[in-house]
Amino acid sequence: MAEFKEISPDASAGEKLLNWVDNRFPASKLYKEHLSEYYAPKNFNFWYFFGSLALLVLVIQIVTGIFLVMHYKPDANLAFGSVEYIMRDVPWGWLIRYMHSTGASAFFIVVYMHMYRGLIYGSYRKPRELVWVFGCAIFLALMAEAFMGYLLPWGQMSYWGAQVIVNLFAAVPFVGPDLALLIRGDYVVGDATLNRFFSFHVIAVPLVLLGLVVAHIIALHEVGSNNPDGVEIKGPNAPKDANGHPLDGVPFHPYYTVHDILGVSGFLLVFSAVIFFAPEFGGYFLEYNNFIPADPLKTPLHIAPVWYFTPFYSMLRAITSEMMYVLIACVLAGAYFGAARTNLPKVVKAGVVGAAVFVSLLMLSIDAKFWGVVVMGGAVVILFFLPWLDNCAVKSIRYRPDWHKYMYGVFVVNFIVLAYLGVQPPSAIGERVSQLGTLFYFGFFLLMPIWSRIGATKPVPDRVTFTPH
Amino acid sequence: MSDTPVDTNKRTWLIASTCAGAVGGVAVAVPFVSTFQPSEKAKAAGAAVEVDISALKPGEKMTVEWRGKPVWIVKRTPEQIESLNKTESQLADPKSERKQDEFTPVYARNQARSIKPEIFVAVGICTHLGCSPSDKFQTGAQPSLPDDWNGGFLCPCHGSTFDIAGRVFKNKPAPDNLQVPPHMYLSDTKLLIGEDKKA
Repeated sequence: MAEFKEISPDASAGEKLLNWVDNRFPASKLYKEHLSEYYAPKNFNFWYFFGSLALLVLVIQIVTGIFLVMHYKPDANLAFGSVEYIMRDVPWGWLIRYMHSTGASAFFIVVYMHMYRGLIYGSYRKPRELVWVFGCAIFLALMAEAFMGYLLPWGQMSYWGAQVIVNLFAAVPFVGPDLALLIRGDYVVGDATLNRFFSFHVIAVPLVLLGLVVAHIIALHEVGSNNPDGVEIKGPNAPKDANGHPLDGVPFHPYYTVHDILGVSGFLLVFSAVIFFAPEFGGYFLEYNNFIPADPLKTPLHIAPVWYFTPFYSMLRAITSEMMYVLIACVLAGAYFGAARTNLPKVVKAGVVGAAVFVSLLMLSIDAKFWGVVVMGGAVVILFFLPWLDNCAVKSIRYRPDWHKYMYGVFVVNFIVLAYLGVQPPSAIGERVSQLGTLFYFGFFLLMPIWSRIGATKPVPDRVTFTPH
Repeated sequence: MSDTPVDTNKRTWLIASTCAGAVGGVAVAVPFVSTFQPSEKAKAAGAAVEVDISALKPGEKMTVEWRGKPVWIVKRTPEQIESLNKTESQLADPKSERKQDEFTPVYARNQARSIKPEIFVAVGICTHLGCSPSDKFQTGAQPSLPDDWNGGFLCPCHGSTFDIAGRVFKNKPAPDNLQVPPHMYLSDTKLLIGEDKKA
């Protein structure tokens, strides 16, 4: 137990109260550790808005969600009507609903930007691996949250989207059909499915999400924030002032709290514009088919997931039985490289070749449908391993070889092309492009241990680059 | 770590009680996970459906609901039946040999996948990911379909195509032909879907 602190009898009532609390709960200590004495690098740029914005959107989603639950009915016969009731009859209900639906898309925009920031500045590198891993887990939880939330309005897209995604699980060999049955709680998506998704969406996943956000921030504050230069401001050799505080850092509060108000203002400007002027955002934030009640007998002519899932959905669609031969060739080429071009012990090499042959046989014998699911899941899971895939000598894109910038540029363009193809109806040319895109996406990560080493890095400065205004 | 020696007796009991606790925890999880299964009510809702097909004209399709799924009944024209010969070479499983127990009952193991060649009964759920394919009975070139299209079904979700007997074309995401549900004729114009003579 900490030492019991006495306070002068002349202190003000407020100081006495704070002292009383501090002797029983670490209020001042937490405030200092995480705000007034949490030193963040002073060279943060535009990209550093998105962390705090993600927190803001999380709060918006939770608050609007609480109010929506007061009027929504999780029942297959009533759900669609209750959403229309919120939109038309509940005073200001339309605003709360649009805030929640736009918030979902905003969440993904902000999180994608936040992840891209981490990618280009090497914020996942040692010692921040766990910050990144917790972040990826948040992304995964967010996808689950968004997917289950999308079923609740019980429109055509809700229904058929859920039908498709739940059936993905049925593709798992042996246990698949039973697993899909366990998820749906019925032989098709129905009332039981709606009720359990509602429960997950409003209780289970948000609890997990909040826990992960706390872990993400605790891990971040333990190791300290990275910055656009990738220079450690708290390392043993970093310059410090007389009190041991980093010279290249400023206290989070008041400097970055005030700084973030600018980001919040900019964000709210755009967010409000969308809510008031284009809440459906041309069918991208709320799909038109979702304004038709769910009909289990009729699939809409064109179904596509909401935009934030489409890059992954494209990769799912790219895996056809033809594509499987290309993937098998990739696996065998990888095994050849491992066996013939490296200095691994013989036993390991034999293991690599054996595993590759085994996987190839599995790939030949199990439907492409299952491998499509594996690829889609793998596209998210591979992000968790990023800290151990990057072998570049420097962290930040600023000091990486120039050609790395093009590599990241192509990665972003590829991701956007995949996203675009995912909203389009299937076509022969789109299929080929998405297959190439899928190969590039995985090549980018799986070959990163090799390509990230190639090229001459630039000298990294000792201090962060910062010009006072 | 402290230097005090480990009390092995106490440790043994700690391990034993932790294991017992873990077993108890798993046992408690069983009823919770079991609630995910279809309820008794959902299981009971699978009764067979009787359909009157007397009003169905050649080239038309009707849809009925059985176990929450759409079941199609198509009355094929002679040209459509003839087209089954043309599509044969482009199909993934023309003889419906894959997973017969699940997808093709004994009486539908023929080219037309039906009891009577002109009446085709199938569950209108794509074997890929469960979308309901749409009718593409019009022959010839059209968007998302090959130029030599003979009429059949197109799944809007991932572009799988099926011929007029629900047989899937090669190189499409769907692995299997459309499911033919258990069904039987009660009379010439009355169909029972969900039950057949064996049952």
